[in-house]
Amino acid sequence: MTTLTPTSETLGQRVLHGLGGFAKARETGILLALVVVVVAATARNPGFVFSADGFRDLLLTPSILLLVAVGQAIVIITRNVDLSVGSTVGLTAYLTGRLFIDVPDIPVPLVFLAGILLGGFLGLVNGALVAFAKVPALVITLGTLYAYRGINVLWAGSDRINASDMPKEFLGLGTAQILYIPVLTLIAVFVLVVAGWYLRTQRGGRELYAIGSDPAAAHLYGLKVTQRVLTAFILCGALAGLAGVLFVARYGTVNSQVGSGYELTAVGAAVIGGVAIFGGSGTVWGAAIGAYLLFTINRALPILGVQDFWQRAVVGVLIISAIVLDRVLAVRSTRKLVEARDN
Amino acid sequence: MSPTSAPALELSRIGKAFGAVIALTNGTLELHSGSIHALVGENGAGKSTLVKIIAGLYQRDSGDFLLEGESVDFTSTAQSKAAGIAVIYQEPTLFPDLSVTENIFMGRQPTRALGVIDRKAMRDEVVGLFTRLGVSIDPDRPTLGLSIADQQLIEIAKAISLDAKVLVMDEPTAALSGVEVERLFAVARSLRDEGRALLFISHRFDEVFDLCDTVTVMRDGAYIDTSPIAETNVDEIVRRMVGRDVTALFPKEDAVIGEDVLVVRGLNEPGVFHDIDFTVRSGEIVGLAGLVGAGRSEIARAIFGVDSYSSGSVTLNGKAIPKRNPTAAMAAGIALVPEDRRKQGLVLETTIAGNATLAIRNRLARFGLLFRSAENAAAREWASRLEVKAASLDVEAGTLSGGNQQKVVLAKWLATNPSLLIIDEPTRGIDVGTKAEVHRLLSQLAGEGLGILMISSELPEVLGMADRVLVVREGRITADIPRAEATAESVMHAATHDVEATR
Repeated sequence: MTTLTPTSETLGQRVLHGLGGFAKARETGILLALVVVVVAATARNPGFVFSADGFRDLLLTPSILLLVAVGQAIVIITRNVDLSVGSTVGLTAYLTGRLFIDVPDIPVPLVFLAGILLGGFLGLVNGALVAFAKVPALVITLGTLYAYRGINVLWAGSDRINASDMPKEFLGLGTAQILYIPVLTLIAVFVLVVAGWYLRTQRGGRELYAIGSDPAAAHLYGLKVTQRVLTAFILCGALAGLAGVLFVARYGTVNSQVGSGYELTAVGAAVIGGVAIFGGSGTVWGAAIGAYLLFTINRALPILGVQDFWQRAVVGVLIISAIVLDRVLAVRSTRKLVEARDN
Repeated sequence: MSPTSAPALELSRIGKAFGAVIALTNGTLELHSGSIHALVGENGAGKSTLVKIIAGLYQRDSGDFLLEGESVDFTSTAQSKAAGIAVIYQEPTLFPDLSVTENIFMGRQPTRALGVIDRKAMRDEVVGLFTRLGVSIDPDRPTLGLSIADQQLIEIAKAISLDAKVLVMDEPTAALSGVEVERLFAVARSLRDEGRALLFISHRFDEVFDLCDTVTVMRDGAYIDTSPIAETNVDEIVRRMVGRDVTALFPKEDAVIGEDVLVVRGLNEPGVFHDIDFTVRSGEIVGLAGLVGAGRSEIARAIFGVDSYSSGSVTLNGKAIPKRNPTAAMAAGIALVPEDRRKQGLVLETTIAGNATLAIRNRLARFGLLFRSAENAAAREWASRLEVKAASLDVEAGTLSGGNQQKVVLAKWLATNPSLLIIDEPTRGIDVGTKAEVHRLLSQLAGEGLGILMISSELPEVLGMADRVLVVREGRITADIPRAEATAESVMHAATHDVEATR
């Protein structure tokens, strides 16, 4: 058992401590996997990283999913899930396109705000249904997944909004770079850093973990469970809304099917990144790395000579191995903790 | 004690009902600073309800709740915490994924600029607290995998860090060993000497007399009496706890007591029960009395094969029953009517007929198919014998009253033609009239030669029904009292005392 002397750590010790923590962290394994994939693909075809397009794609493509995965991770940490994020991305993307057509000369920041607000509102609907109707989030958000998509189809019909309908300055965001780093990636990383900081250092963030770890205990502690869960869903929706706006900036075209399937990729990214599906543990950092790994693998497999139809299977294997790894680690650490107690 | 100042906490004539069930009629309690107050009473006397009202988890229907002379209404646990009340529940409630430190401070972490949690300050305070408590738990480890005793200590550390004026401990020692209890008491005494008010709920009288200075007795949801520990004794407290006429409420008809049906020898499961030895004969009702959590249900589950045991043997009519195999136990002729009939006894969404024939499905099936007619015929026999009151056999079991549900569970098991019936809390949640009917049934079944092992927390039921009373205390059988000698006092005494002074 550890001694309890409250010695203040020297800087050297603190660095060592940090490194030890990094080596043991659940996120490290997944980061290594990402590095291995990138290195293997680059060895086969140096253009994977060392070409202007390759480098940009590496950073840019997963950025939109990253936002959705961060939101999803926040919700999963509270022992809920949001399956409607793909439909939220779709609705906000269509709203973005529509605004540029229907409101000529609308300022770009206002469009961002509108997308985020709509996403947040859709998240609020999810959260309110979950928190007040006391129905499992899986069922509620499966329902809103179809409902939101239905509204989208009703609204858009077979309409397609093209790049020519939108201002250059907005579409320019999708390709703009600062110091060779795409602006979209910078936005995603900024959101990630803020979310990571909030979950780690703020009372509200820690309470999300507590609620996911044991909802009944959270109630006994007097935590504001309903309010926190509601906030998590609103955040998740708002991030999906932001992702919807960025989707339009990146691809320049919108139909009624934008974002289909994002929900499962986002859950997959979170789970691969070490967010426990039953809540209480994991970080948005892990979910972000998981999002990068999923997209990068999709790009790397063809280069490595793996046939197209194997790609989905590989993703499946990744998800299952992540969950099996989680179980093994959990069983091992429980055993260790029990042993530590008995000694 | 300082009787001149206002009590730290005062409850008077608190009433609380849950629908038709009245949990408290007159909850009255007065806690003073610098005192450790004991609250005792039988199971169901209303102690836990009172605690939950103090904690803000339940709201009172009537009565006064004063904190240092001021009337308060808590609608959440956060409010009672803020007012300086800390409650340690019977079952520790911690977040398994979070660190010990985070658990202690959850919801009220110290913060620096920008609302950033000051982890160092938090950890330093925990280290200080643990040093003071003499605890060696790593503050950075998750609480997952900690023993109940350690979890209990974390709860206490939490209460102290709250700087609570009133500390309520609901049976904190139930899961602790002797050394751990001593350590807890040392902490409790030092808290008392700091001028805090403590409420200590326990079934162990030796602990009550060792630790507390005042004792309040509750019975049937009502306040009975408060007296200084020095002016009372165990017998007096037990009399007040039981305090009602318990004779001849449930007359068991005389039955011819025959051969041994169930023989249990040296049953052991570390941490659950120890050296369990007893027999049940045909025509005999053996009562298994004791406090909630004493291990009675666990013993029954082990005999039936739901749970395992590490050593010992169970034989039925001379044949050994394998462990961990309920199917074999059923085939041999054991029936178990569980305590929670809604969750474990019935399939609520299924009809009476479906439930009543659940245990004999294989026998009823023809070519692997179950026919409604065969089910109904088999169910009708027992449903009518037990007088299940329902419009038809197609009524869903979930819609029946508690008493009728219990009869359906009984019908299910009696259809298997058992030679031993284990019945756990036979009349819990059943109204008075039906209660008597269930008792009459049990008595009649014993008369027909069935051996019955009856677990009951209701003393009158045990005393009225059982030919013999076995008392379980902390996983051991501490007394075997024949009907003639069984009294409320003798059973309660055995349920709450060490038989020998040694632990």
